[in-house]
Amino acid sequence: MSSIQQSFKNFMNWVDQRLPVTETYEKHLSKYYAPKNFNFWYYFGVFAFVVLVNQLLTGIWLTMSYDPTGEGAFASIEYIMRDVQYGWMLRYMHSTGASAFFVVVYIHMFRGLMYGSYQKPRELIWLFGMLIYVALMAEGFFGYILPWGNMSFWGGQVIVSLVGAIPFVGEDLAVWVRGDFNMSGVTLNRFFALHVALVPLVLLVLVVLHILALHEVGSNNPDGVDIKKYPDKDGKPLDGIPFHPDYTIGHDLPGIVLFLFVFCAVMFFYPDGGGYLIEHANYEPADPLKTPDLIAPVWYYTPFYSMLRAATFPLFGLDAKFWGLVVMAGAIAIPFVLPWLDKSPVKSIRYKGWGSRIFLALFVIAFFVLGYLGTVHPTPTKTLIAQVCTGIYFAYFLFMPWYTRVEKTRPVPERVTLG
Amino acid sequence: MSDDGVNSGRRNFLIGATTVVGTAGVVGVAVPFVASFNPSARTLAAGAPIKIDISRLIPGEILGPIPAWRDKPIFVLMRTEEMLVKLNSSNKRLADPKSDRLQQPEYARNETRSIRPDVLVLIGLCTHLSCSPKFRPEIKPQAFDPNWIGGFYCPCHGSKFDLAGRVYAGVPAPSNLEVPPHYYESESVLVIGGDGGFA
Amino acid sequence: MRRLLTAFVLLLPMIALASESGYPLDEMEPDLHDKASLQRGAKTYLNYCMGCHSLQYQRYIRTADDLGIPHDLMLEHLIFDPNVQIGDLMENSMSIESSKNWFGAAPPDLTLYSKLKGGPEYVYTYLRGFYEDPDRPFGVNNTVFENVGMPHVLVELQGLQRYVCKQVPKLTENGTKTRDRKTLQYVTEEKCGAELKEIGGSPLELVEGTGTLTPEEYDQVVYDLSNFLYYIAEPVRLERQRIGVYVLLFLAFFYVLTYLLGREYKKDFH
Repeated sequence: MSSIQQSFKNFMNWVDQRLPVTETYEKHLSKYYAPKNFNFWYYFGVFAFVVLVNQLLTGIWLTMSYDPTGEGAFASIEYIMRDVQYGWMLRYMHSTGASAFFVVVYIHMFRGLMYGSYQKPRELIWLFGMLIYVALMAEGFFGYILPWGNMSFWGGQVIVSLVGAIPFVGEDLAVWVRGDFNMSGVTLNRFFALHVALVPLVLLVLVVLHILALHEVGSNNPDGVDIKKYPDKDGKPLDGIPFHPDYTIGHDLPGIVLFLFVFCAVMFFYPDGGGYLIEHANYEPADPLKTPDLIAPVWYYTPFYSMLRAATFPLFGLDAKFWGLVVMAGAIAIPFVLPWLDKSPVKSIRYKGWGSRIFLALFVIAFFVLGYLGTVHPTPTKTLIAQVCTGIYFAYFLFMPWYTRVEKTRPVPERVTLG
Repeated sequence: MSDDGVNSGRRNFLIGATTVVGTAGVVGVAVPFVASFNPSARTLAAGAPIKIDISRLIPGEILGPIPAWRDKPIFVLMRTEEMLVKLNSSNKRLADPKSDRLQQPEYARNETRSIRPDVLVLIGLCTHLSCSPKFRPEIKPQAFDPNWIGGFYCPCHGSKFDLAGRVYAGVPAPSNLEVPPHYYESESVLVIGGDGGFA
Repeated sequence: MRRLLTAFVLLLPMIALASESGYPLDEMEPDLHDKASLQRGAKTYLNYCMGCHSLQYQRYIRTADDLGIPHDLMLEHLIFDPNVQIGDLMENSMSIESSKNWFGAAPPDLTLYSKLKGGPEYVYTYLRGFYEDPDRPFGVNNTVFENVGMPHVLVELQGLQRYVCKQVPKLTENGTKTRDRKTLQYVTEEKCGAELKEIGGSPLELVEGTGTLTPEEYDQVVYDLSNFLYYIAEPVRLERQRIGVYVLLFLAFFYVLTYLLGREYKKDFH
């Protein structure tokens, strides 16, 4: 027993002199201190990691049987669903995982908004997080094209045509993106390459940067106080708990199992999600001559799709199509500067004033309403509602320097509070 | 981390139980990933028995173009009287002249390793590292064997087989060429990949 | 667990069941455990539909195994092409070109049709919705598929239906019948098609003696066929749910363990 321990110690010494394994383990796990007052909202970062691993593994396995050609793609999905042993399970894990990824990431981002996790000194964490989100949107879009069903085709058609809204160069750019005059197998082929190689690579690098930046400054918490201010005599924060094993086992593991329960319930019993996770119209092959009755993107893009459609009038001599693109691109871009819009002296919503609370609430409601509106046919009333919600979405960000400065904040405690 | 004396037994038990059940879960998750590597239904369908018309066989030659069963080359050779006479003349040079190792169905475990004495059916892949041997029927000294009496010669690593697919001693290949399951549906139709109920 | 899952799915907004034409769909509860129904459906499909509509993503062997049909019976009675092997895809030999000439469009493959239409109800309603229409090239039209380009293949079984409008009691806004103030007779109004259907009437009337089956027998044939198409759109459905139950039970048990273990570790937090 002790001789085994001794040889293991010797072995680790040998390795550590050549590669900082123990040091890295301590820095990021056993001696990384997480605040004691993490709550429900702090599960979602680790959930995102679980889903990422799921997507990478099932994705790699799916490429083994998938055929990225215009002629073979659709049939190869059914080949996976019927002929490959457990292919259906791998595919449903991947398709359900895509939606789960966005559920988890949206909640994770909401947590950041709520507790001011983007504020100084965590601006870079937020920026890397936003880049992850954008990469994820691209990844989701390319993946959505791959089954080459009719929704894949027309969804891709609509999004690529957006590029055509850019003045002067748009049309040529759209042809360049497609590599063809219309969506075709050529487009599918390059989107496949982007989906399975380039974007995942970028995502992985960004995730590493996101976590490195986090571990440099330490985690925020629901009170938004700095736990490093009160260390014990060994220099470890009084309000901190080692990330591993205490937090991973005490907090994360049961949460992960619960998350997997919900995930598996959807994946095994409602993999189509009533047409929201896999759309009905995608069960027929791509047909360039026949548009499905309702072109709606998958649910996780619908808020932005609504904003795109909400631009219905030309302005300054440029047509509505262009402004739709501007509004949508702006909606995705504006959260990037969030750390510099928030002028509040406090981080957490717990101690911010009514202005922040009301605007955050309105923002969340508007986001949900836009998400719903993106799944249905537009009507004049619905378009008006979408326009109002788009206004609220931008107001949340643009008025933030004002309302965070004028509102009356509450006193922030010195140490974390335990509920 | 302070170990609470009262609870450490309970904690260790829970760690053990969680590890065991968690490992079972990981094994369960691995099942679809491992199983998906098995041949798919399409592959199995493509591996269904094939029918070969042997009426066009020329004595002394193997059937060309070489048919494939499960993507493996199938050698069908119509042996001449002369070949059959010579077949068992130098058995002492062979590693397994009596076909003791199970490289053939029971009905092909005989002197000629075939159902019909004249027609030899083989999977044309060397038992060493799966190159496809060349058919060398001519009886004359070869660079690889001065006493060559006709057979199969593998160019990859120099393994030699006689005209019943039996391996020579002292070559890299460990065993005789494999005889696939087969039967004759009629005089001229050979079925590869099934026993026709004779097995 | 079933109840829990049902509650869960109710939280998901469901897409309402209606065809593109707006004609309300008939309810139809598929039953994948009813092997006899699926076998009958497969037989009807292979006899009446397969000539034009392939099932090209599915293999005969899978259908035979899932439905409990022995391979030799399948080959002998349900597969009409002697060159087809049991492991082959369920394709048909109709060329796309010639079918375009006959019907104006290639008859679609139906492997995934039940999923495409969001459930088996569409096919069920569609196959009961053919009616006589001399203006159409094949002499028939359809309630759920307006100006359908397909002949009524099962007409010898069902017989001919006529599209009728009916006089129905006129209802007030709160749903009571209205009487004429003078005559005290109930006031009626004429309703057709989807409107008639919505108030529980049927816009179709069978011409007696034109079909070989009774309406009940025909409904059963169409039910079996829809059930079969529901099966073939996702043959793995039953197995998926079976495995899912075990996975969820496992996770529930594992959660208890991790919860208890986590509680032990949480004691360190304070």
